Amino acid sequence: MNGPLSIGRRDFIKAGGALVISFSLAKPLLADERGRGRTPGPPDAKSIDTWLAIHEDNTATLYIGFAELGQGCTTALPQVAAEELDLPVDAIATVRLDTNVTPNQGGTYSSSAIHRGAPQVRAAAAEARQALLDMAARRLGVPVSGLSVRNGVVSGGGQSVRYGELVGGKRFNLAFTGTAPVKDPGQYHTVGRSLPRKDMRAKADGSYTYIQHVRLPGMLHGRIVRPRGQRAYQAGAKPIRVDEDSIRHIKNATVIRQGDFIGVVAEREWDAVQAAQQLNVVWDEAETLPAYDKLFDAMRASDTEDRVVKEEGDFAQAFEAAAHRATSICYGPYQSHALFAPNCALADVRDEEALVICTSQDIYNTRNGVAAVLGRTPENVRVQYVPASGTYGKSCYDDAAQAAAVMSRMTGRPVRLQLMRWDELGWDLYGPAHIGEARAAANADGRITAYEYHGWAHHWSLIETTQQLAMETPVAEWPFPVSQEVNPLACGGMYAIANQSLVNHRVPGGGFLRAGWLRSPLDLAFAFTSEQAIDDLARSLGRDPYLFRKANMADERWEGVLDAVAKASGWEEGRNVRSGDGDIVRGRGIGLGTHLASRGGAVAEVEVNRRTGTVRATRLYGAIDAGLVVNPGIVESQIIGQLVQTASRMLHEEVRFNEIGVTSLDWNSYPVLRFEDCPEVTPIVVQHLDEPSTGAGEEAMAATAAAMANAFFDATGKRMRIFPFTPERVLEALAA
Amino acid sequence: MAKLRVNGAEREVVSSADTPLLYVLSDELGLKGPRFGCGLAQCGSCSVLLDGAEVRSCVTPLEAVQGRSVTTLEGLPALYAAESGRRDAELHPVQQAMIDVEAMQCGYCYNGMIIKAVELLSHTPDPADEQIVRAMNGHICRCGTYPRIKSAIRRAARAMRGA
Repeated sequence: MNGPLSIGRRDFIKAGGALVISFSLAKPLLADERGRGRTPGPPDAKSIDTWLAIHEDNTATLYIGFAELGQGCTTALPQVAAEELDLPVDAIATVRLDTNVTPNQGGTYSSSAIHRGAPQVRAAAAEARQALLDMAARRLGVPVSGLSVRNGVVSGGGQSVRYGELVGGKRFNLAFTGTAPVKDPGQYHTVGRSLPRKDMRAKADGSYTYIQHVRLPGMLHGRIVRPRGQRAYQAGAKPIRVDEDSIRHIKNATVIRQGDFIGVVAEREWDAVQAAQQLNVVWDEAETLPAYDKLFDAMRASDTEDRVVKEEGDFAQAFEAAAHRATSICYGPYQSHALFAPNCALADVRDEEALVICTSQDIYNTRNGVAAVLGRTPENVRVQYVPASGTYGKSCYDDAAQAAAVMSRMTGRPVRLQLMRWDELGWDLYGPAHIGEARAAANADGRITAYEYHGWAHHWSLIETTQQLAMETPVAEWPFPVSQEVNPLACGGMYAIANQSLVNHRVPGGGFLRAGWLRSPLDLAFAFTSEQAIDDLARSLGRDPYLFRKANMADERWEGVLDAVAKASGWEEGRNVRSGDGDIVRGRGIGLGTHLASRGGAVAEVEVNRRTGTVRATRLYGAIDAGLVVNPGIVESQIIGQLVQTASRMLHEEVRFNEIGVTSLDWNSYPVLRFEDCPEVTPIVVQHLDEPSTGAGEEAMAATAAAMANAFFDATGKRMRIFPFTPERVLEALAA
Repeated sequence: MAKLRVNGAEREVVSSADTPLLYVLSDELGLKGPRFGCGLAQCGSCSVLLDGAEVRSCVTPLEAVQGRSVTTLEGLPALYAAESGRRDAELHPVQQAMIDVEAMQCGYCYNGMIIKAVELLSHTPDPADEQIVRAMNGHICRCGTYPRIKSAIRRAARAMRGA
């Protein structure tokens, strides 16, 4: 993580200084890296040197395009390279993401760092190893077939040579063809093991560098100035009057304006904070949003764009003919990334190059956005990534990057922009609200014969707030359906059902809140809706909900993940765990779900206070089958986070708003789960060494949402049709 | 010019008297432990020990800490060494326990988590689970690592009692 920082800016080098990161000079550049970073990327993905460098001291640097978001990819991807190269994992460093240095592997989302990244890293490392063996064969005069490698030392014919002696400090100058043979998983000694994460020590002792620690020489501190709480997406934020005199008493504070974009900069951070709070701006207070309690009505009343996602057999006929039918109509709220540390970004916009340091999940996409705001070509913009607090999707990181760039251009100085708590919560790209209607039917033998899902949601916001305000760019939404529309894998996809109909109703988003992907996008709402219908079918048939699901599985691996979580939770057939006669009742539920790949299962135990309406998740079990798991310990940690975060989202989290704007602006108005209601958790990793790796960063969440809903029913005999399960809603459901 | 003691060293700083301690520590003194999270004393990201008691540096003005002793995440090993009669310590046992159980994901909230746990164990060497929850409840972890933080605190408590 804290590996060598590539420096490509001649200005800095000429000035004799390094890019100053966290008050200390960056580590000296390794000899090999002198040539890196001087030209705009992405570097050539068809060259081995883009991916890997071997140093004279027999260590290596792996250049990956995936961001360390706290999920552990800067440990797991080196593990993959270490395996193929037969190097110790500690000998492999990674570098900060940089559009001039690191390859474009696409964004670090949809749990893709291992899913997409591991095969690329594996192939590159295998090809490098092949080249190293060829060099060793020539050096030692021994055929490749007579060589073996251990810890980066090639041996054969009674001689040995280290990788570092073969290519250390030099380039491979080799095309990356992807044709080198990779190791058989049966020979793995590094992959598949729970090796310790590389970033733990620095995170515990305070030496880890987060974006908040980065400083640029001569920089100003910036803050944005917006109304507290966003309006409807298309409404932007209209200042009617800005009284710049209102901050005249704050020394060195300056107002920045471009179009409707307003910010302040100051030499000292506290002055910038005060100036942003004290600048007197009269905002347009038009009522642009639906009333909070009319949100779902407004979505349904929208002129939707309807799309058939999946159509197999004849749902209507099968549903009508079935012996047992269930209908589940459910509602999911807007939820915020609510990232723990509001976004921060730095920019130094100069004629020859605009440098932006930020926390983007996708630096190449950020480069395009910043270029658009600055009116430059992407090649004139260099974007670097520095870790921040876990973003869990598209928070305000691009907005912050663009705002910092605007401020730097207008001041002619480097600017460090830190969003305040209310900026981040109030102007987030929320996980969108959802309406789901699931209908399922089974025959008397217990086979699910018909399944239908209708989903209503709007798409994600394509135009960042800064661009919208500064450039007056009309709003637009992400066009692609993936992760934004009814997900056939999460909606009934785990079951073998002959007659299916999945329909998406795309709501136009301009009159609603800003939206972006939030960990396991829409899947919690899908599974909450869908798996309650499946549970109702089981109960209608008098079947155990676990065995009913097991009898209807789509494949062995879905069955495997279901069995794994049932076994871990001590699920016994037909055992009713519903208990309690007084105010407190307890129940247990099971659920399945996933995101775009992998398979997730969960069992939940909840406790409901029938007098107060409070719900607690007392124990959660979560299982993921993600094929080959490179580092099971890291995936366990990911599952724990998914279980706890899902409990938070199901019990507490909801963006509140009125007709003017969002009112969830801090940790009181957007509460999340705390120590006091944290469940006991059991993570279960289903390992398949011989299957391709798929994602593991979010695939247990939908299942957990469903299991909690079904546990609530088990405890109370009532269904929750909307989350979060606030006391008010729980009391209403119990009275129904 | 204000004087305060930070991690055992006398420091003179030039920030104005009303500046929150957080900005003095991070901008003027270059410390990475205390860090911005909310500016509202709601999350615990910026916690430091002030004469041994956990405070939120984002709402503590510089003038309130004049002449007092501030300990940040960086200063915990030395604090532990002094309190346990060692010549030095590489890490505070709470820091070591967080590493041992691999508690962190993004790790941003761990400044506050570790500072608060150190404060707890300084007056409650063998905390019951409810005491841990009560002490830590004002600190938020968005990654959801609470279960491992709890086990790390228990582990650190055992280590410190055994020391």
